[in-house]
Amino acid sequence: MTRHLYRFFPMLENLTIEVPAGSVADVVRAVDALAPGFSDYVLDERGALRRHVNLSLNDTLVIDRQRLSDHVPEGATLFIFQALSGG
Amino acid sequence: MSNMILLGTRKGTVIFDRSNAGWVPRPIEHPGIPVCYAARDPRDGMLWASLDHGHWGPKLSRSRDNGSTWEDVSSLKYPEGARYIVKYLPTPDFDPEAPTGQPEYKDATVFKIWNLTFGSAEQPGRLYAGTIPGGLFVSDDGGDHWTLNRPLWNHESRGGDLFAGEATSENKWSGTPASIDYGVFEPGIHSIVIDPRDPQHMHIAVSSAGVLETTDGGQTWMGRNRGMLNDYTPEPESAWGHDPHFVMSCSGQPDHLWQQNHCGVFYSEDGAKKWKKVSQPDVGVHFGFPIAVDAHDGRTAWVVPARGDMERMAIGGGLCVARTSDGGQSWQSFNTGLPQENAYDIVLRHGLDVSGDTLCFGGTTGNVYVSEDRGETWQCLGNHFPPVYSVRFG
Repeated sequence: MTRHLYRFFPMLENLTIEVPAGSVADVVRAVDALAPGFSDYVLDERGALRRHVNLSLNDTLVIDRQRLSDHVPEGATLFIFQALSGG
Repeated sequence: MSNMILLGTRKGTVIFDRSNAGWVPRPIEHPGIPVCYAARDPRDGMLWASLDHGHWGPKLSRSRDNGSTWEDVSSLKYPEGARYIVKYLPTPDFDPEAPTGQPEYKDATVFKIWNLTFGSAEQPGRLYAGTIPGGLFVSDDGGDHWTLNRPLWNHESRGGDLFAGEATSENKWSGTPASIDYGVFEPGIHSIVIDPRDPQHMHIAVSSAGVLETTDGGQTWMGRNRGMLNDYTPEPESAWGHDPHFVMSCSGQPDHLWQQNHCGVFYSEDGAKKWKKVSQPDVGVHFGFPIAVDAHDGRTAWVVPARGDMERMAIGGGLCVARTSDGGQSWQSFNTGLPQENAYDIVLRHGLDVSGDTLCFGGTTGNVYVSEDRGETWQCLGNHFPPVYSVRFG
């Protein structure tokens, strides 16, 4: 995941997080269990992906940004990016 | 007399302490994170900052130890079922006479926590937060939990109770340009004024709708825009559609309220039952964003005049602060110590504050000025701060 998130969740730094296959929402929930409050950073209060955050499954961007229903198969890697914006 | 100034800036929170050497800034807190509002709760000394993360959503941050350590507070959220009627920024081909279609609804999420106001001493733990898209939140446990004020959210001027179903009235609230950064055009609450005589009595100000008042602790709200004039609609005296930039009262004479509006400076001496336009464009007092009010004399207020509204810069390349002490009948302009050439600063709505005889303001070009003589002369506290969003004495 983007290293910017380690500023707020240092407990995640250098971790390889392995979770059971499921939906993208399941993965985010699993990370939130390791780092309480994590989901508030990448999702809004409706559970939708924040506007300037992107998730990809291997090299494919997650399609369902509202409910995070995309399936994460066994062995896949979920990447968390932030948009390259600001100044 | 306050000995602390807090700045909310584009790159973090800057805290000044008053010492024998004057006002001394500490190293920046929340480095790199936009802070749209920072203030100190006078009841318990808690420091608060509203973080406007570009990527990670709005968060509050608080410090129990005078700024040594900070903790994030992520509990301010719209409840399930909170919806609003979407507004769109008028495009060049926008036709105000065109018939409107069916309202479009959107689930509410917090875009910005624009203002944080502390409750009275009789209500320990009571905090208020004003947000984009126009929700007022209340906490009674020092910010651990927040509740949306539903009577205001469900107000008939916003379409009624959208938790229950379809709109039952027309939405009169429009958006604020401050919301465009979030890809929307929605209203925002930037001013929350509590009557020190009765904490059940409050005024709030909404861009762009106007001022609302409650006398029963937020159970019912009434529009208070009589006397207001907006220059940008066919009906300048309409009940809604006004754009207060900031509203503040005199804490010692709470019926005296002041409003720096998009369309001038307005004053009320009867608790906002009636507003009076007190702009004096010939001396530059008309457009601007912030306003400060003396704590004891309700007829005394300060503004930082700007050229509006197409330019939004200092007037004629020089900064000044204007003060009235007669309820806006006359204004005196002061510029000693302020740059008078090549100055393009604009001071945003929370960028000016007063504490006793001391005033401070900061602008979008990173200049911060303080006056110890009620705004008559100024000294610069620095020219290289990040763009300043808020200035508050601690």
